[in-house]
Amino acid sequence: MEHYISLFVRSIFIENMALAFFLGMCTFIAISKKVKTAIGLGIAVVFVLGITVPVNNLIYTTFLADGALAWAGLPEVDLSFLGLISYIGVIAAIVQILEMLLDKYVPALYNALGVFLPLITVNCAIMGAALFMVERDYNFGESIVYGVGAGLGWAFAITALAGIREKLKYSDVPHGLRGLGITFITVGLMSLGFMSFSGVQL
Amino acid sequence: MSKMKEVVTKPIVDDNPIALQILGICSALAVTSSLNVALVMGIAVTVVTAFSNLFIAAIRNHIPNNIRIIVQMTIIASLVIVVDQVLKAFAYELSKQLSVFVGLIITNCIVMGRAEAFAMKNAPGISFMDGIGNGLGYSAVLIFVGTVRELFGSGSLFGIEIFSLVNNGGWYVANGMMLLPPSAFFVIGLMIWALRAWKKGQVEKPDFTLAPNSK
Repeated sequence: MEHYISLFVRSIFIENMALAFFLGMCTFIAISKKVKTAIGLGIAVVFVLGITVPVNNLIYTTFLADGALAWAGLPEVDLSFLGLISYIGVIAAIVQILEMLLDKYVPALYNALGVFLPLITVNCAIMGAALFMVERDYNFGESIVYGVGAGLGWAFAITALAGIREKLKYSDVPHGLRGLGITFITVGLMSLGFMSFSGVQL
Repeated sequence: MSKMKEVVTKPIVDDNPIALQILGICSALAVTSSLNVALVMGIAVTVVTAFSNLFIAAIRNHIPNNIRIIVQMTIIASLVIVVDQVLKAFAYELSKQLSVFVGLIITNCIVMGRAEAFAMKNAPGISFMDGIGNGLGYSAVLIFVGTVRELFGSGSLFGIEIFSLVNNGGWYVANGMMLLPPSAFFVIGLMIWALRAWKKGQVEKPDFTLAPNSK
């Protein structure tokens, strides 16, 4: 249990997807002008990460890993080079299914998430989490915790940035730095703040 | 012919994918702590963008509109697997340093964005050139950021010492922050500032302007 809690805290703060690994930056910067939309997108990311990371973990351990096909009588087969294409396929399919399910059963959430759901397919945070899961050899339980934690970390980061940008738009920024430039510098400062977590040992 | 040239050169400064189109920022930040890695990443992205544009443009009239994203993804993912395998075979050390970021070329918005915005509407030849142009624009930013970070962070370029460091008996005290993640944001932010000071047309409109002093 302790191990899972430490993994959870680590994936939210110390190894924050957005501010320590820069994953999902395109959406992070493009869709952080309003706190409300940022929260919607954040929830969608938590949702999708919490599902896709464990599913990709199952696929990796039962089909792709070296010697994983032993149950089918093919112990020498190593399909790990097919990883990238399988993960992205799984992610695209799950996002599509999730969109249809939400549309049918939870229309309120579907309307709240809106256009963000399909956009999530190309969010590198989702793909990045799948690749980190493989690289670090997480088991099924760990990958659930990691998926949810990484999603929450990303959601916190984008909400915080949106809060700062809402205030920032009233300030008098030098001309060339307006918009994208000042956003980069703000994110840099936030990332410096998050680095203070890196000394925390769990 | 001049259109070909324009398609290649325009994304480098005037319509840079990172500085203006906000595409492909993730990897630009993460792989720029040394010039070597930045250069390899730039080449990999250029190759993938160019060829994915070529193949998607070649079959653009046969792709049903509602499943085009999946088709594009499959083409891009296959190309990235090729790049990944080549890197693992010939530059194993580098591929370890790039770790997950080679795989993340799949979700790099530059590749997807150009496929969607350009290759779906244009002939294969010119789409290929557009891919090269955007890849070069991306590489230019990566190389710039990589140069600044490696030069000031560890006093070297491509691992060769340029400034002699204090701990080797030289004069330069390495700025360790340059090697840390946040400095990538500062360098890109300042680079955008410099670019926009030069090309005034790229300055964004403010949401609110200060009212002139009414007294």
